Amino acid sequence: MTNSFGEFSKAKMFLVIGSNMTEAHPVAATFLKNAVEKGARLIVIDPRRHKLVDFAELHLPLKVGSDIALINGIMHVLIKEGLYDKAFVSSCCVGFEELKEKVEKYPPEKVAQISGIEAETIRKAARILASVKPVMLCYTLGITEHTCGKNNVMDTANLQMLLGNMGKECGGVNPLRGQNNVQGACDCGALPNVFPGYQAVTDSFARKKFEKSWGVSDLPSENGLMIPQMMDGLVNGKVRGFYIFGENLANTEPDIKKVEHELSSAEFIVCQDIFETETTRFAHVVFPAAAWSENDGTFTNSERRVSRVRTASNPPGYAKPNWWIFKQIAQRMGHHWKSNSAQEIWDNEISMLAPNLGGIKYNRIEKDGLQWPCPDTNHPGTCVLHQDGEFACGLGVFNPVDWTPPAEVPDETYPFVLSTGRRLYHYHTRTQTGRCEGLNELLGEETADISPEDARAMGISFNDFVKVKSRRGEVCIKARITPEVPKGMVWMAFHFREGNANWLTNPAFDPQTLTAEYKACAVALEKV
Amino acid sequence: MITINGRDCIFQPGETILDIATRNRVEIPTICYLKRTTPTGNCGICVVEIEGHSDLSLSCSTLAKTGMIVQTDSPRVVSQRKTVLEQMLSSGNHNCTIGSSGDDAWTQFQMDVESNDDYETLCPAWGECKLQELAYKYQVQGKHTSAPARKIPLELDNPMIIRDTSRCIMCGRCVAACNEVQVNRAIAFGDNGNEKKIIAGKDDSLMTSDCVFCGECVQACPVGALVEKKALNAIRPWETKKIRTTCPYCGVGCQQWLHVKEGKIIKVTGVEDGKPNQGRLCVKGRFGYDFIYSKERLRTPLIRENNELRKATWDEALDLVAEKFTRIIKEDGPHALAGVSCARSINEDSYQMQKLFRSVFKTNNIDHCART
Ligand code: SF4
Ligand code: SF4
Ligand code: SF4
Repeated sequence: MTNSFGEFSKAKMFLVIGSNMTEAHPVAATFLKNAVEKGARLIVIDPRRHKLVDFAELHLPLKVGSDIALINGIMHVLIKEGLYDKAFVSSCCVGFEELKEKVEKYPPEKVAQISGIEAETIRKAARILASVKPVMLCYTLGITEHTCGKNNVMDTANLQMLLGNMGKECGGVNPLRGQNNVQGACDCGALPNVFPGYQAVTDSFARKKFEKSWGVSDLPSENGLMIPQMMDGLVNGKVRGFYIFGENLANTEPDIKKVEHELSSAEFIVCQDIFETETTRFAHVVFPAAAWSENDGTFTNSERRVSRVRTASNPPGYAKPNWWIFKQIAQRMGHHWKSNSAQEIWDNEISMLAPNLGGIKYNRIEKDGLQWPCPDTNHPGTCVLHQDGEFACGLGVFNPVDWTPPAEVPDETYPFVLSTGRRLYHYHTRTQTGRCEGLNELLGEETADISPEDARAMGISFNDFVKVKSRRGEVCIKARITPEVPKGMVWMAFHFREGNANWLTNPAFDPQTLTAEYKACAVALEKV
Repeated sequence: MITINGRDCIFQPGETILDIATRNRVEIPTICYLKRTTPTGNCGICVVEIEGHSDLSLSCSTLAKTGMIVQTDSPRVVSQRKTVLEQMLSSGNHNCTIGSSGDDAWTQFQMDVESNDDYETLCPAWGECKLQELAYKYQVQGKHTSAPARKIPLELDNPMIIRDTSRCIMCGRCVAACNEVQVNRAIAFGDNGNEKKIIAGKDDSLMTSDCVFCGECVQACPVGALVEKKALNAIRPWETKKIRTTCPYCGVGCQQWLHVKEGKIIKVTGVEDGKPNQGRLCVKGRFGYDFIYSKERLRTPLIRENNELRKATWDEALDLVAEKFTRIIKEDGPHALAGVSCARSINEDSYQMQKLFRSVFKTNNIDHCART
């Protein structure tokens, strides 16, 4: 997030795209609802009529995967009607002419055909957005989990720059992170192209710096593989040893059948987890790990705030902290690492190596956490990024993008679009929430959510079993009929092994980020 | 400037007497007042005496005016508070030691309460109850000699929250928490003529209302009328310690208090005023903590042998992995290894794993599920 949750309550207007916040980020949603109750305005762009829509003055139920067309259409109107922030664009941004040329090709009438949103509504949305300043834009996986995910993200930034909402309190582009520590895992370098602190592995200065600090030579200089490439490697033998730490890939990756084939082809898999999962079935070695609240450490939330995690109980049996396990392997391969606690790792390594985290030390985050960038120990942390139009690389650059349809669209055999997400009472594959007293009682099984229109047309009643089928697999689950879902859509989650949406999802990926298209594939629906 | 108990205090326009007193560390007791919500004045405990005003004033909703002279603990104020507390105590099954008058009365009262309660012990809020705390402070006891018959049974049909109208003092904090803080709009004041009570949905149970079990109302309830089912009887506050931590679920990163007894988490509440959540939690953050105590936790390393996983020692398992990885690197180079880190675990773990891959194995084949 470029901005902070604390700004929600002061914001004048929100544009929420592809984010079912009341279920996926419930507490963030409460601050947004508070603001709306106090008079802030809200526009929701989402195929589903989720709970937040009750609070919105305008809901644009666009067709799944048409985000870029819609955003380009809105920008078309902003430019045509001269409503954009000319001062901000001319002083803080470059590439406006290219953007103008691109969105010229997206008149509302044309966008209406792609997105299913009427031209007049698109104009109205553009005018409302231009009438309030600043507007805070929030998005979640509804934007990223597409084959055009990266372009989607760039287009949200284009829109916010055009509206002059970047680098402002209560403005900005704010992705809410799905998992608690996605931000932190990125910050700490669990990515194939960067060291901790986003320092490129291809940069020889960065490599020198890390070589010196880690006491090694010859750090690898090419970018590594991303998960889908690793999975391919398991089958073609390029990847022989696969180390899976805490992820239940067999349920979370698209097309479970394919994933299981890949995992079962692997020569040697190490899993490190707190439970046996569908994935540990494929492991050759399993390490038992300490869980949340069984060791000290830090999480970094979506607003870049590094907060403490503390020990409340001991891990069961012989389970050990993850960092300890990694250290032991290093030691057996001839590397003796000094740090011997999470605090030592953070204070003496991470915060020394990642410039943006330099000022964050355990003794400063005993109570509330600090938000990076926080370059030195007197720095108060940063709530709003790019203040005063200062982007990381100087000026904000417009990146005009074209709309591309999802990799798989409905046809005669598979006439419905399947979209996926999370539900309130569970989390991911339920390895945690499924073992909490009461949560299973609140939500005990997966359902296929369908619209009342489709249910009526197909004679399906509430809790009837239906078969949902894609080119990759099929599941048989109960139908949940809800006006939240538009006609032509089936909506499911991936919390349960039975009826997991990932038996159906399409392993098509964004060409750059390799994010899978969880939000769109084609399915057939049948009453059983 | 206004004067509180003889002390001059500066104020900003729009501040209430309670705001100013709190800022100046003058303690005024409150029950129904819930920070960041509209004051209702329901309980009447925060009264103060303002010179020149014939009636006592509610400090939570009276705006300061220049020149006001306020007494927060005058005899009149104290006597009024005692009356309020006594009425509250007498209004329901407040069967802690303060709920009734003398010894005999207490015994009878206990027996009555037990027979119309499903609780085995005293009120589950004992030790954490604002009413009990204030009653001790003001030396007030209830007027009970026997308990009134229970009109509405305990609401037990949901897995998280027990509602007990027999201990409700109608302060309305839960209503403010649900409607103004979390904006879930599941509960409200119901008034069917002669009887006032808090209703869920269309006066049914939480289970059939719009309740999403965030538990904000439980955290707000000052007495034993709303309690966590999972923590029932497990907790007496003097036996627990509070540990601050960060929620393990979504990317909001809410700050939690873990209430820990004998090394075990028995309840979770939000850290009031903590950033970013200001005390709020959702159902997962508040009730999703006990997975760590599951019997199914992995307790020892496992090694596959004859196509089955068997228990192993750390040395065995670590040696095996190190040897195998070393051999693979030797045969096919470091890029024949790849790893996926965990977006749920702590920063230090992700750092350590990428360090292992980069500096020991010498490959950048390290990624995590950033994208789900
Ligand atoms: S648990 Fe949350 S939603 Fe349910 S009544 Fe209480 S405050 Fe409202
Ligand atoms: S349930 Fe608790 S918070 Fe709600 S009105 Fe009754 S006593 Fe007050
Ligand atoms: S309490 Fe709920 S909203 Fe807060 S971090 Fe946890 S899961 Fe997210």
